[in-house]
Amino acid sequence: MKSLWKKLIEKYGFPKVSIVIFLIALCMTAVMQNQHMPGLFKDSLVRIGMNGILVLAMVPSIMSGTGLNFGLSLGIMAGLLAGCISIELDLTGMTAFAVAVLISIPISIVVGWLYGWLLNRVKGDEMTVGTYLGFSIVSFMSIGWLLIPFKSPEMIWAIGGKGLRTTIALTDRYAKILDEFMAMPFFDVMLPTGALLFFALCCYLMWLFTRSKTGVAMMAAGDNPKFASSCGINVDRQRTIGTIISTVLGGIGILVYAQSFGFLQLYQAPLMMPFGAIAAILIGGATAKSAKISHVISGTILFQALLTISLPVINQMMPESNLSEIVRIIVSNGVILYALTKVGGND
Amino acid sequence: MEARNILQMTNIEKDYFGNKVLKGINLNVKAGEIHALVGENGAGKSTLMNIIFGMPVIHSTGGFSGEVIFDGEKVEIKSPNDAMKFGIGMVHQEFMLLPGFTITENIKLNREITKHNPISRILGPALKSLDIDKMRSDSKKALDTLGMNIDDWLPVAGMPVGYMQFIEIAREIDKENIKLLVFDEPTAVLTESEADKLLDAMKTITARGISILFITHRLDEVMAVADSITVMRDGEQVDFMTNAEATVEKIAQAMVGRKVDRIVKTVKDENEQHDIILSIKNLKVDMPGEKVNGIDLEIKRGEIIGIGGLAGQGKIGIANGIMGLHNAIGEVYKNGELLELNNPKKAYERKLAFVSEDRRGVGLLLDTSIETNIAITSMQLQGKFLKPLLGIKGLEMKDEKGIRQWALGMIKDLDIRCVGPTQFTRRLSGGNQQKVCIARALTMEPDILFVSEPTRGIDIGAKKLVLDLLIKLNKEFGMTIIMTSSELGELRSICDRIAIVYGGKLEGILDPTDSDVNFGLMMAGEYSAHKKEVI
Repeated sequence: MKSLWKKLIEKYGFPKVSIVIFLIALCMTAVMQNQHMPGLFKDSLVRIGMNGILVLAMVPSIMSGTGLNFGLSLGIMAGLLAGCISIELDLTGMTAFAVAVLISIPISIVVGWLYGWLLNRVKGDEMTVGTYLGFSIVSFMSIGWLLIPFKSPEMIWAIGGKGLRTTIALTDRYAKILDEFMAMPFFDVMLPTGALLFFALCCYLMWLFTRSKTGVAMMAAGDNPKFASSCGINVDRQRTIGTIISTVLGGIGILVYAQSFGFLQLYQAPLMMPFGAIAAILIGGATAKSAKISHVISGTILFQALLTISLPVINQMMPESNLSEIVRIIVSNGVILYALTKVGGND
Repeated sequence: MEARNILQMTNIEKDYFGNKVLKGINLNVKAGEIHALVGENGAGKSTLMNIIFGMPVIHSTGGFSGEVIFDGEKVEIKSPNDAMKFGIGMVHQEFMLLPGFTITENIKLNREITKHNPISRILGPALKSLDIDKMRSDSKKALDTLGMNIDDWLPVAGMPVGYMQFIEIAREIDKENIKLLVFDEPTAVLTESEADKLLDAMKTITARGISILFITHRLDEVMAVADSITVMRDGEQVDFMTNAEATVEKIAQAMVGRKVDRIVKTVKDENEQHDIILSIKNLKVDMPGEKVNGIDLEIKRGEIIGIGGLAGQGKIGIANGIMGLHNAIGEVYKNGELLELNNPKKAYERKLAFVSEDRRGVGLLLDTSIETNIAITSMQLQGKFLKPLLGIKGLEMKDEKGIRQWALGMIKDLDIRCVGPTQFTRRLSGGNQQKVCIARALTMEPDILFVSEPTRGIDIGAKKLVLDLLIKLNKEFGMTIIMTSSELGELRSICDRIAIVYGGKLEGILDPTDSDVNFGLMMAGEYSAHKKEVI
């Protein structure tokens, strides 16, 4: 028994094993409580499709050696801005979503390039600097959302106000546009096929990238910068590219998140979003130094299923409490803490 | 009158995991003498010092055998603290001083003189105050002994290194019970005049009855101050002589001397016509710890040239500088054309390749497969092992099949022992890791191969294989090989010529069959001076 436990820990890592056990316990409780299982299943899938790309955004930054991208908020800001522009252009449906994605990419590239430039100047402290840069940019954009001259009445404060609202409803624009694409019936619920396909497509493209010439160079730069530069690889350039791709994925990721959620959340809402994505990839088995697509997929599934299922289960056990929210915070921050204690400690 | 022995070590043996590093050393240091301990890097000097100081590394690896008699009594030194109590002191190579503290505070650190004050009388001795006056006068005395005229209340930060060295010594001789002082290459960082002053100070110290164990590479210093000399080589004590018997040549020969097994039986004919493939002019490389201060060297096409010298003298810096890994200035011409420095890409394009001395740090991606390690440089710089995605140019993907095929070929040719081409290099043995590094360099199809410390950390069987491989590359493919190594025997066994580097400069070029004396003198940087005397 003890050796089995040890083997499991060695193969999958402590966070993954313990979360799986916790998840199984939750599922069993859910069945015993007579919860609506197809509903929970669907909700889990929706959340997986919603968050997957944000988690995927961690891969290029870890690969290129800048560690977990705590500054993902930069990409999220670029995505939100693009989402607002798309509404301002008065687009609807798939066009609106596609245009938002297309607009977000150039913004993310510029922002990502600047972020990469900064990270190359603070080598060794990328994660700390990224965290505070993320916090700063969220606050900075809180001013920005008030000052950017958007005109669309859907977005600005009602009754002659100025500046954007804290949440912008997408109901008439592109809410659920991916979730409902090719949605499949399952018992009495509809599964979000489109969002999952889009997530799978992004994962596939990322996987292809890791096998490209640039991908291999980036992997080398992240794994051993001295080796890479002795091979004539420009390490700083690879780090910049990694940061840019991560930021672009962050921008796309928040748009996918928003369409599923049904709202664009501005101001302070994106403040802690990178932490959820980081927790997910770490649960999947990634470390601050190495990450694979499989870590993204398994981590997203485990973390989001855990959050989805724990909410009704724990609420039924202890009504009138927000214990499920507490579980979320303990798990995500606990996993990040665990991973950071492992940085550089395994050699 | 025969002076009594202060330290007597008999038949000291020590092995690290079956690897014998000390093979029955006898060391006798008399009271009040300067005893020099000379030997190449890896001769076992540091291990012997670690035993004298009872360093934990000795006891955690199974201790040692043999007897240590200190000041007439058999002792067991179990920790550096014990050594201090017995009266053994050490002057470190790196200065262990607190820069923000004054000289006096540094000298008296952790041995502060205290006096009672009203509070400490009530609350206990932990609250006693410092007797600054007494401390200063003690420090002053120690500094005076060394002939140092300096205000003892100045902070150490910003002082010249020579001063710091003297403060370290002052700290040791200020200890009342000190009987034996170990100087580990104290003059390495000093200027000539500072070194002279230090040697004078050493004599003053011994005049007070303190013995000195003096570890150094500089043979003229040994001749100048040492009363007796012990020479070590490969963990053995090869010679003991008194100052009267010793000559620089004799020490040099004892230091280097070993039988040389030449793997290549014939030394290439000097008269054979060879054009110059690489010409190095006034190369300066800023590599920490291996600084190169202006080297001129011409390398002939198709030769194996060795670069030797003691650690820290700059031999490692040459290859690293030319390959652009460390900042270099100077001129390097390949086939008569100037090579751009400080750019590894350009060096590889000009068909130079490099196998780094830092195998695990620079030479390998440890958590990546053997095949990727072998192919990566060529893929990134030469565009080999790539294929376009969906026929679109510009979308270059790695060609898994091509890489696999090439890697399997390399694994077979170089006899890399592994589970398969996808095994991570971290799990390979040192020798096989080295072969992967060489395979990566060979994939670049170079004209000139730089190999640094090719056999470091490899067991003896694998060493031979690596050296054989280098010879094969040289003979069969006409590759010019520039091999840097700390092991002179290895250089002498396969090289056509051996360049010895001392103090970041070329001391001379020797034939592998030259005498041990010449090698010894060159490595100690005394060749030019002594040659002239002989002539």
